Formats: sequence, C-alpha cells, structure tokens
Amino acid sequence: MAGITGKDAVLTEYANRLETLDAPKGRSLTQDAVRRLVRNKAAVLSVFVVGFIILFAFVGPYLLPWTYDKIDWNNIRQGPDFEAGHFAGTDQNGRDMLARIMQGTQMSLIVAGVATLVSVFIGVIYGAVAGYFGGKVDAVMMRFVDIMYALPYILFVIILVVIFGRNPVLLFVGIGCLEWLTMARIVRGQTLSIKEREFVEAAKAGGAKPWTIIMRHIVPNLTGPVVIYATLTVPEIILTESFLSYLGLGVQEPQTSLGTLISFGSPVAETLPWMLIGPAVVLVTLLLCLTYIGDGLRDALDPKDR
Amino acid sequence: MDQTPINLLEIRDLRKTFSVAGGLFSRPLTLTALENINFSIRKGETLGIVGESGCGKSTLGRCILQLLSPDEGQVLWLGQDLTKLPAEEMRKRRADLQIIFQDPLASLNPRMTVGEIIADPLRTLRPELNKEQRRGRVLKIMEAVGLLPEMINRYPHEFSGGQAQRIGIARALITEPKLIVCDEPVSALDVSIQAQILNLLSELKDEFGLTLIFISHNLSVVRHVSDRILVLYLGRIVELATGDEIYDGPRHPYTRALLTAVPIPDPRLARQRNIDALKGEIPSPINPPSGCTFRTRCRFAKPYCAEHRPPLETIEDNRLVACHRWREIEVPEEAVLGV
Amino acid sequence: MKQVLHVEDMSVTFALHNSEVHAVREMNFSLAQGETLAVVGESGSGKSQAFLAIMGLLAKNGRAGGRAMMEDINLIGMEPNQLDKHRGKDIAMIFQDPMTSLNPTLKIKTQLGEVLVKHRGFERDKAVQAATEMLERVGIPEPAKRANAYPHELSGGMRQRVMIAMALLCQPKILIADEPTTALDVTVQAQMLDLFKSLTEDFGTALVLITHDLGVVAGVADRMMVMYGGRAVEKGTTDDLFYDPHHPYTLGLLHSTPHIAKRAERLDPIQGLPPSLENLPKGCSFNPRCAFAFDRCLVERPPLAPTENGREKACHYEGPMAYGKVA
Repeated sequence: MAGITGKDAVLTEYANRLETLDAPKGRSLTQDAVRRLVRNKAAVLSVFVVGFIILFAFVGPYLLPWTYDKIDWNNIRQGPDFEAGHFAGTDQNGRDMLARIMQGTQMSLIVAGVATLVSVFIGVIYGAVAGYFGGKVDAVMMRFVDIMYALPYILFVIILVVIFGRNPVLLFVGIGCLEWLTMARIVRGQTLSIKEREFVEAAKAGGAKPWTIIMRHIVPNLTGPVVIYATLTVPEIILTESFLSYLGLGVQEPQTSLGTLISFGSPVAETLPWMLIGPAVVLVTLLLCLTYIGDGLRDALDPKDR
Repeated sequence: MDQTPINLLEIRDLRKTFSVAGGLFSRPLTLTALENINFSIRKGETLGIVGESGCGKSTLGRCILQLLSPDEGQVLWLGQDLTKLPAEEMRKRRADLQIIFQDPLASLNPRMTVGEIIADPLRTLRPELNKEQRRGRVLKIMEAVGLLPEMINRYPHEFSGGQAQRIGIARALITEPKLIVCDEPVSALDVSIQAQILNLLSELKDEFGLTLIFISHNLSVVRHVSDRILVLYLGRIVELATGDEIYDGPRHPYTRALLTAVPIPDPRLARQRNIDALKGEIPSPINPPSGCTFRTRCRFAKPYCAEHRPPLETIEDNRLVACHRWREIEVPEEAVLGV
Repeated sequence: MKQVLHVEDMSVTFALHNSEVHAVREMNFSLAQGETLAVVGESGSGKSQAFLAIMGLLAKNGRAGGRAMMEDINLIGMEPNQLDKHRGKDIAMIFQDPMTSLNPTLKIKTQLGEVLVKHRGFERDKAVQAATEMLERVGIPEPAKRANAYPHELSGGMRQRVMIAMALLCQPKILIADEPTTALDVTVQAQMLDLFKSLTEDFGTALVLITHDLGVVAGVADRMMVMYGGRAVEKGTTDDLFYDPHHPYTLGLLHSTPHIAKRAERLDPIQGLPPSLENLPKGCSFNPRCAFAFDRCLVERPPLAPTENGREKACHYEGPMAYGKVA
C-alpha cells in the first residue's frame, strides 16, 4: 500500500501494527438502548407478539386449506367449524374468515410500514434541512407545512385515488406523503436544539459542508424522537386505513384489511360475532403491542426522561 | 523569542452585534457583543482572553474562526482577510485554525466512535487520505494526547470529562493547525484533571509549534498558560499586557478588581488581602452605560467618564489600556493581592 | 463551642439494576456553631450525596445509613413529614444552580414569605416584610423592588443571594452550600464569599461548603474534609491542610490548582482519573494515582486515623512528601 507521502506510509504501518492489538468495540448508544429495552418486559413481550402477528399474517395463509377469496358454497355464514377447515368461521359470502384475517393483517401491516417509512424519510430530511438552515429557509419551509396541515386530507386522498386508482400500496405511499408533516415539525424542533450543540460547531470548524453536517451529525442524533414517533405513527396509519376502507376509499374487494373486516363485522356483530371478534382481537393486540414498544423505546432511548 | 515576530493573526476594528427579538410588536433590540476590537497574535505565543460571562470572549473566539461572521472589521490571517474569503476557500483554511470547546462531552457526537470523531475533519480537509492513512494519523494523535489506542472504537459516553477533552484536543490537532482557540477548555473539569489538560496543552504547543488563544473566566488559569492577557469587559478591550505586567501592576480598575477577586489557594494570603469588591453586576450589553462602560462599577469613576469613551491607549511597550484615569490611579503592589 | 451537627458512621448506597454502589462510606464529622467546614473532593467523591442524605434529598434508589445527630434528633432515616419540620428551619441547603430551587412562576417575596408562614407561623404581611429585610441583609440593592420580581428577572448572582436569604429566613443552625459559587463570575463570587463570612459571624450559622475549588476554601473555611472515592481521606484545619498536607491526595490537589501569585512553569497534577465508585481499586482507593504508594497500599485500606493536633488522615505512608518540582 503506497501512501501519498512517506509519513503516511509510516503511520499506516503503525496503524496496521496496532490493528493486531485488540481494540474493544465500545457500546454505542443504540446498543445501550437495546440493552435497556430488553430489560423492559412488557416491551419484549410486545416485540414477540408483533413478531408472531407478522408471521401469522405472512406465513399463515400457506398453512390454510382456504384462500381469502375462495368461496365455500357449503359453508356460508358458518361459525368456527374445525372439520370443514374454517377455524374462525366464514363470512356472508362463504369465504374463510381466518384466511381473510391473515390477508387483512398483511395488508394493514404493509400499508402501515410503507406509509411510516415514507413519512419518516420525507419528514426527517425536510425537518432537518429547515431546522439546520433556519432563518428564511426555515420560515418558508415551515409555512408550507402549515398550509398542508390546514388542507383536509380526505381531499388529498380522493385526489390520490383519482391519480393512482385504487392501488392500496400507492395510496399509502400517498398517505405517507401527508403523514410526514408532524414528523417534519418534530424533527425541525430537535434539529434546532442539536445544531446548537458544540459537536456541530466542531464539525463546522473541521470544514464540513452543511449537507455533511446534516447527514453525519444531525440525523443520527434524531434517532430517539424519530423512532418513538414512528412507532406511534404505525398504529395511527392502521387506524387511518381502517377509516378510509370504511369510507370505501381504501382496499378493494376481494382483498381486505383489518379495518375493512371490522367495518363489515360490526353491523352483524350480534348474529355473526366471529366476523367481528377475530379481526378486532388482532387489531387491538397489534395496537397495544405497538404502544408498549413505543413506550419501551422512549424509555430506552431517553433514560433521563423516566 | 523570535528575532522578527510574525503576526500570525491580526484583528482590526472588529464589531459583532446580535439582534435580540423584542416583543411581538416591538422592534428587535441590538446587542453589541464586541466593539472596536484590535489586537494581533504573534506566531508561537499564547494569548489569554479573560472576562466575565457575557463579555464577548467566546464570541470573539468564534469570530476569529469565522464560525460567526463579524459585522465589521477584518480578521487577517497571515495578511489575508478571512471575512472576505469565499466559503470554499475558507473551508480549506480551516485546517489551520481549530477550536477546543468548554463542555467536552457536548462537543463530541454521541453517535460516533472516538476514531470517527477524531478523523472527521480529515474527511473534508484531507480527502486524499484513504481509510488506513486516516486511521494511522488518528492513532498517532491519540498517542500524543494521552489516549490509549484501544479506545479508538469506543463511544464518547464511555469516557470521563478529562478523557473526552483529550478526544476534543485530538480532533483539533489532526489537521495540523497553526492556531487553536481554546474556549474555556478546563472549566468543566475536575481540579486534578484540569491540571493534566493544562500541562498537555503546553506540551502540545511546544511539540506542534502551536499558537494558542486561551479563553477563560479564570484569571489564575489564564495567567498560568498565557504570554499575554487580553481583558474584555462588555465587549470591549480594557487592557492588554503580559501576564506579569497584569499581575504586578494592573492599569485598568477592572483588571485590578478581577485580580483581587481571584480565589487564592492559600489561606493566609486569602485572609490578608483586601478584595477590591466591585459594586453590583455587569450591565446589560443591550443597553450599555454611556462613555466608559465600566464606570457604573468603578470606584475611580468621575463624571467625565460618563461622557467620553476612553480610547485604547498604548502605554509603555505594547501595553494597551482603555481608561481615562489610568495615570492617576496609584498601583501600590500590596493593594492588589494584599501580600 | 456548641456542636450543632454530629455525623457518625454515615453511609449512602444506591441500588442499581443488579448491583449496589456505595457513594459514601464511614463518614464521621461534627460541626460547631458558627464554624465553616469545607468538604473538598472531585466529582464522584460522594461529597454532595453525603449532604443530600442528611437533608433527606437522596434519589429514590438511594439509602442512607448511620446517624446524623442534630442535638438529639437523628436526621437519617426520619420520616419525610417529620423531616419537613427541620428542613428549612434548622438546616437548610443551597445549590449550584439557584434557578432549579426557585419556582419560576412565583414572585420572590411570595416564595420567601411562604417559608416564614410555614415554619415560623408569621402572618403573610409580616412575612413579606421580614423577607424584604432579609434580602437587604444579604446585599441585594433595592430589596423592595427585587422582592416583586420573578426569579428569571434576576441575574445569577442575585438569585443565589435570594436562595441564601431564603435559607437564612428561619435562622437555621446549619447551612449547607453545594458549590454555591461555581456558576458565578469571579467578581460576584468574591461578593458571595464575603457574604458567607459575615453570615457565620453575625448569625452564628454553621456553614458546610461543598466545593472542588481550593481557592474558595482558603478564603472562608475553618476546617476541611477532603473526600476521595466516597470516604474522607484527610481532615484538619484549613491552614494545616494547605501548608502541611499529610495525605498525598490533598497534596496533589494543591499542586493541581493554578495559583495566581506563584506562576509555575508546569503544574504537578495527580496522574490518572478519579475512580468510578462502582469499581474502586483494592486496598487504598487512591493507590493507582498515588506517587507514594507501596505494596501495603495495594492490599490494605488505610483507616481514617487521628495523627496530631486533632488531624486525621487515611494513609499508610509516613515519610516526607517531596512532590515534583514545586514541593
């Protein structure tokens, strides 16, 4: 290996010599946070439950005799029936409820995941840029956010549906594009305080360009609030999706989602209770667990807050 | 020292104001943080800057480094005005001018390892170096500041304040700077660690041929490290002289008050000396007193002082003082420290 | 002199997740009326925790043992509502950052008046008047105007004076000041130290000054207690400890403090770092940093034992201590 100057060759060799010397890995803040999270029993249990729900939604359908859209003409409006393979009963159209719950959960999770990722991506960059540059840039960018806030999002959803058709994933990319507003505000606030920290000044003194400072020094330090807010966004989007599906703007038949299932189940809750109970249990469990994980993460990432 | 002292840095007529948001309907107020700052630093010397909180000493450090841009005046680095330099040129210059901060932990990015933190300036300022070369330099500097090589992969929160400050010093040294601004580098540290860091700075200064600007509120520390001392009060220079001159015969009443207020770790001396206690507190820099800004707390003040701002006069050889009455004020040596 | 506080075998421990940390161990001292005791140590020496324990202000996971006798009352382990009768009245504490101890939404006079109403049964008008008088006594100019101010309207030095005034309202026998001047400017610090001196003289208050700054200690303290790793390592009068330190740590601290009158080329600091309380060295906890440590120090912890003139030290080394160049 040839250094540019002789000095660098010497130093490189010195580094290589030290390479053999054991330099223990430090505990990063993330590792510390994980350690604290592991101590939180409710959060750990919730992680396992959510993991199970994910498996249930994505692997489950392969283990069932019925698919979510197949109609069993012999068993319409039937309660749980193990012999026929309808473990959670069938709906008014004779479709297997368990298969539908799995598919619905899958859809809700994908939608929530996609929308959250989109909102985190846009929100973090937008907020960090506005916060870091401050002044006029900040004023203009944040006024735009305020305006977006003021517009009714249902209107946007309808426009999006017109543009994309009723493709659920694209729709929720669109919803993510609206959800980022709050994220951007949170991130901007955090950035305003982080940019006053001395390590940012040190980076400036070290000649770093604004973009480098944002990506290397500010964004990684936003992890705490962003992760916490993102875990809270996931349930919010699942609920939004339920609401939109209820209005008929969301997922299209025969595909379904937890929200759709519940909206179909609730009018017939007295006569066909299994149509409501199944999806409701999954949704409630999922939301509870995500809240616990969010709480656990908040405590783990911000131990001073306790 | 040198036969022909070279002025590494020269500050001319520097002025810096901040606007402070007034109420919703009132106009923003102007806070004059620095005014009429003129001084120069020779290569290889240590200039101490002392003053109380709000006197503008940190602002001055940041204006020198162009981390803040002054409103008026010049910052001449080897004759070149840094305030007029285009951003890209200035970025390259930053290799020559570095800074060490007061709060060692706050000055380190908590998400980066020690190695990454120290190497960070190299990534921008020496892009030609590859990863191994950077690592080599990092290890070399770590050794120079007294950090063990096996600490390279650790994170800042695993270190105590003193070690964190060493990391900060290593980061400042890695670009091989000519001038380092030390902004209260030891005031957040424990006593025994303070002394270690002060010694380290003086060793590094000799080893790397550095010029230091040492900003502190602690006159004992400043006197310990500095060749010359600049005393600031409300954003103006009140006195500039060598450490011995300041100690043996402060000319400005404020310097004198500072000197007598410095705690002395010596019970008998501390009991004997007369503290030239200042009345009241520092006035607000938003609305500083007319004339001499120190007059409201000065026991030598005359009506004249309220009307005219004292100019910064050169007295003796290269001493500067800004006081109307410095000639009239007797400086009996024992009055200063009571010794 | 009448003794106002007598601490015996006090300890403070903190329960962590699966371990215990001993922040203070085997602390013994007494405090006489009108006396100023300086407690000197670096961060993690346990100096603040010891006195928070006496005030019953430990964090939730902290536990104090031993006795802290104020006359015939033991302050350690007292029920909080019992303790409230003495806190603020007989024993008061002020902190480095006065803003944390003042309620930002109440006027100064209201906060000060409340103390008098609560502890001394004053009527509200009288209380405010007495509070204003106290503000004047601690050197606040225009006390009537300041009494009407909110805490944030005052400067740092003023706030610290208000805290002192508040602490003195009930004329406590003991005032504990935890780094009271660390956040203040030197000129204001000098004013505060002056105020402390006159307090102990005029009111006969016993003052405990917790600090890391030997310069502050020299000016005001009668006696000193140097702490290291949770234990007192040396005790004696201020003059004795400054001019003839017996413990290497005390000596090291003195040599680490820059002295405006004696400009040394280099300071002679103590090497190494203060130990973490979770992981104290075996034997004498100072041994890894001590220039005079010998084999016995590595295995046997020296007890705090009386030497001469009422002094105490915890060190095995008996020889002369020539220290670096500045000895």
